[in-house]
Amino acid sequence: MDDVLLDIRGLRVEFPTRRGTLVALDDISLALQPGEILGMVGESGAGKSLTGASVIGLLEPPGRVAAGEIRFDGQRIDDLSQEQMRQLRGKEIGAIFQDPLTSLNPMHRIGKQLVETIRTHLPVSEAEARKQAIDMLREVGIPAPEQRIDSYPHEFSGGMRQRVVIALALCTGPKLIVADEPTTALDVSTQAQIIALLRRLCKDKGMAVILITHDMGVVAEIADRVAVLYAGRLAEIGPVREVVQNPQHPYTKGLMASIPVPGRRVEWLPQIPGSMPRLSEIPHGCAFSARCEFAHDQCRAKRPPMQQNENGNLSACWLSVLEQAETGGRHD
Amino acid sequence: MFLKLINRLFQALMTMIFVGLVSFLLFNFVGDPISNMVGQETSVEDRDALREKLGLNDPFLAQFARFGSNAVSGNFGISYALQRPVSTLIAERMPATLELVATSAVVAIVLGVLLGVYTGINRHSWISKTIMPLSLIGVSLPTFVIGILLIYIFSVTLGWLPSFGRGEVTQIGGWSTNFLTIGGLKALILPSTTLALFQMALIMRLVRSEMLEVLRTDYIKFARARGLAPRVVHFGHALRNTLVPVITIIGLNIGSLIAFSIITETVFQWPGMGLLFIQSVTFGDIPVMAAYLVLIAAMFVFINVVVDILYLIADPRLRGRG
Amino acid sequence: MTITPDSPPSRFNRFMDSDLMFSFLSSKLTVVSAIITLIFFVAAIFAPLVAPHRPFDPATIDLLDAFTPPVWAEYGDARFLLGTDDQGRDVLSTIIYGCRISLLVGFAAVGLSLLIGVGVGLLSGFYGGWLDTVFMRLADVQLTVPAILTALVIDGIADLFVPPSMRETLSIVVLILAIGLSDWPRYARVARSSTMVERNKEYVMAARVIGVGSFRIILRHILPNILGPILVMATIGLAIAITTEATLSFLGVGVPPTTPSLGTLIRIGNSFLFSGEWWITIFPSLALVLLVLAVNLLSDWLRDALNPKLR
Repeated sequence: MDDVLLDIRGLRVEFPTRRGTLVALDDISLALQPGEILGMVGESGAGKSLTGASVIGLLEPPGRVAAGEIRFDGQRIDDLSQEQMRQLRGKEIGAIFQDPLTSLNPMHRIGKQLVETIRTHLPVSEAEARKQAIDMLREVGIPAPEQRIDSYPHEFSGGMRQRVVIALALCTGPKLIVADEPTTALDVSTQAQIIALLRRLCKDKGMAVILITHDMGVVAEIADRVAVLYAGRLAEIGPVREVVQNPQHPYTKGLMASIPVPGRRVEWLPQIPGSMPRLSEIPHGCAFSARCEFAHDQCRAKRPPMQQNENGNLSACWLSVLEQAETGGRHD
Repeated sequence: MFLKLINRLFQALMTMIFVGLVSFLLFNFVGDPISNMVGQETSVEDRDALREKLGLNDPFLAQFARFGSNAVSGNFGISYALQRPVSTLIAERMPATLELVATSAVVAIVLGVLLGVYTGINRHSWISKTIMPLSLIGVSLPTFVIGILLIYIFSVTLGWLPSFGRGEVTQIGGWSTNFLTIGGLKALILPSTTLALFQMALIMRLVRSEMLEVLRTDYIKFARARGLAPRVVHFGHALRNTLVPVITIIGLNIGSLIAFSIITETVFQWPGMGLLFIQSVTFGDIPVMAAYLVLIAAMFVFINVVVDILYLIADPRLRGRG
Repeated sequence: MTITPDSPPSRFNRFMDSDLMFSFLSSKLTVVSAIITLIFFVAAIFAPLVAPHRPFDPATIDLLDAFTPPVWAEYGDARFLLGTDDQGRDVLSTIIYGCRISLLVGFAAVGLSLLIGVGVGLLSGFYGGWLDTVFMRLADVQLTVPAILTALVIDGIADLFVPPSMRETLSIVVLILAIGLSDWPRYARVARSSTMVERNKEYVMAARVIGVGSFRIILRHILPNILGPILVMATIGLAIAITTEATLSFLGVGVPPTTPSLGTLIRIGNSFLFSGEWWITIFPSLALVLLVLAVNLLSDWLRDALNPKLR
C-alpha cells in the first residue's frame, strides 16, 4: 500500500439542520492506487455523490467535513484553502457529472470552454491551447474536431456532449477523475460507447477513476474494485470479481441477487424488504440491521468493524466477524 | 426563431390596433366632438354641416381608417382645453419626458444590474445583508412618496435643490435640454432619482434572483469543478447566462419608467408629456389622451421589438444552426 | 424523533411543528411584519372604535384646531397625537379611516383580479385551443403596458361614462374596477401554466375516466393544487393594488377628498409641505409605506417558504 494516489481516512460529512445534525457520511475509509478504477455503488442517498464532492472539494454548504482526512498524492487536501483547492481541481483531479445536456455552458462555444480550462491550469499560449483542445476532442472521438471546436453545445447530440465533457475533464492531464453517474442520462447504446471510451482513456493515461453509479453492470464491466455504500457508511469494499461473486455483507448479497442474469430464467427477482432509512433515522448499531434477515441483538447494539476476509474483501458485518473468530479459533 | 419574430410583430400590430381602437372610440363616441369644438350659440344646421364636413356620418370603418392615417401622420386634432394642435403640444413636451426617462433609465439599469450581480454572488456578505432589506423598502415606496420625501429633505429642509419645474433649459433646434447648464442639471437630480429609485431596487432584486438561479445550474458546478477562477465563473459564465432575462427585465423597466414618469412629473411639476396627459385626464381633454395613448403604445411596441432582436444577439441557441 | 403511537399529535400541534410555521417563527422580521399588518387590518375594520376622533363628522371638528402640529412639537395639543390638517381634523384619525378605504379598494381589486385571472387561467389551461389563444393574446397585449398605466386609462375612460353627479359615489367602484382589470394577466398566466401541468397528471385522468364532469374536476381537483403560487401572487398583488390606489388618488383621479384614502390624504397634505405643515402629508406617507412594506415582507417570506427549491 505504499503506492497510493488517493487516501480517504475516517471521512465524516455532516449537515447541520434545525432538527439536529445529519451525518451524511460516517467513517468512510478507502484508498485508490494510480490508474485504478473504483466503482462506487449504492442507492440514491447512500452518500456516493457526497464522497465524490468531498474529494473535489465542492461540498454544498451547509455540508462540511467534520472528521477524517483526505490525502491526494501524499498531500492532505481536505484542509486546503479554497484557492489552493481550486488550483488542484481541474488540473490534478477532474470531474464528470451526470447530465451532459446541462453540464456545458450553452452560451459559449465548446472551444472557448476547453481553451479557458487549459489556460487556467497550464502555461500555454492561446494558439497552443487551441491545438491541444482539438487533439483532445479527437481523442474522445469527436469527428472533424477542427470544425466542431467552434460549435455551441446545443449543436451536439447527448452522447457527443458527454464526450466533450470528458474532454473538458481530461484536457489538463489529471491523475484522478471523479465521474458521477457519467452514463445515467444517456441511452443504452451510447452508454456502452462512453464506458468503453472512459476505460480506454484511463488505461492509456494511467488515470485513476472513482466511478459513481447505481448500475452494477457498468461497474462489473469497467471497475477494478468496488465500494458498496449504505446509509452513509461503507458496507463492503473489495475486488470487483470478489464482491460480485462472493459478497460478504448481507446488503451486498441482496444487491447482487436482485440483478437479473442473462440466460437464467427465474420466477421473480429477489428484493431486499424495506427501504434505506432516512439519515435522521439510522438505527443504532449496524445501519442495515432493521432490514437484515440475519440481524441479532449485537447488530442492533453496536456498529460492526470493517473486517477483511481471505480474498481481500473488506466488509462491515458482525456475521463475518464472528465467522472469522470461529475459524480463527479452530486454527489456533 | 423566424416564426417567433413574425409572431411578435403580429402581436405588436395587434397591440397598436387595439390601442388605436380605444383611442378612436374615445375620440368619437365619448361626449359629442362637435359640441367640444363649437360654441353654445351654433345652430343645429351648422352643427350638422360641420358633422358632415368632418365625416362623422361616414361608416365606422371609414372613420377608423381615417383616424389611423391621421394618427400615422401625427395629426390628432386640437386640444379642447388648450385650443392648440395636439401634435405641437406633444412635440413641446417630449424632450422633457425623454430626458427624464433616459437619465433615470441609465441610473436604474447601471446601479441595479451592478448591485444585483454583487448581491447574487456575495449572498452572505454584510453589504448584501444591508442592501437586501433596503431594496425591499425601495420597492415598497410608491414613486410619489419617494418624491415627497426627497422634496421635504432636499428642498424644504436643506434647501439644496429645486423642487419643481425644469429650471434652466437650453434650446437646440426644436429640442430643449437640461444637460447643458448647472441649473438644468440640478433641477434634474430629484425627479430622476425619484423615478430611478423604485426601478433600481426592482432591477436589483430581479437580477439577483436570476444570478442565484444560474449559480445553481450544472454548468456552473462543472465550471467550478474544472477549477476556473471565481472571477471567470461569475462573470464569464454566470453573468453571460443571465443576459436574456436581464434584457427582458430592462425592456419592461424602460416601459415602466415611461409610465411612472406621469407620477414623477406630477409631483415635480415637470413639464413633460406625462403631466400633459394627467391634466388631459382630469379635464376630459380627449384628443390629448388619445394621442398620448397611441404614442406610448408605439414606444412600448418599439421597445419589445428591440428586446426580441437583442435576444437573438444574446443567446446562440435562438440563432438556429450554423 | 420518536413518536409515541398511542397519542397522535393533535392537528394544532402538527401545525405548530410544520416547516411553514417554523420558518415563520424563525424570522423575526416576518413576525413583526405580520403583527404590523394585523394592526392595520384591525384598525381599519374597527376604525370608528379605534380612532380618537370622528374626522368626517362636521359636528366634531373645529376650524380653530387647524394646523396643530404633532404633540411633541411646539404648540402641540394632547388631543391630537399626530397634529391636525387644514380643517382641524385629527391626522391620526384620518389615517385610520384612510387605511380603511385603501384596504377596501386593495382587497376588492385583488379579489376581482383573482376572479378574472384564475378563471381565465383555469379555462385556458384546461381547454386549450382557440379559447386559450384568445385569452393569452389579450393577456400578452395587456402585459406590454405597465398595470398602473392600464389602471389610469381604465379609470379615465370609465369616469367619462359616469354622470358628474354620480362621480363621487361611484369613484371607489370605478377605482376597484380599474385596478382589478389592470392586474389579471399575471394571475391568468400562473394559473394557466399550473393547470396545464396538473391537467396531464394521473389523478385528473383517473377522475375523467370515472366520468367526473369538467367543472367539477377544475374546481375540486385542479384549483386546490394551484393555490400555493396563486396565494403568493395575491399577497404581492395586495401590495401592488394598495400602491396603485394611492398613486391614482394622489394623481387626483382616484378617491374623492370626502372619503379620503391614504393617497388622497397625501395629495391634500402635499400642498402644505412648503409652508411648514409637514405632518399633514408625511404621516400618511409613512403609514402607507409601513403597510406596503409589511405586506411585501410577508409575501417575500411566503414565496420562499413555499418554494421547495430553496428549502
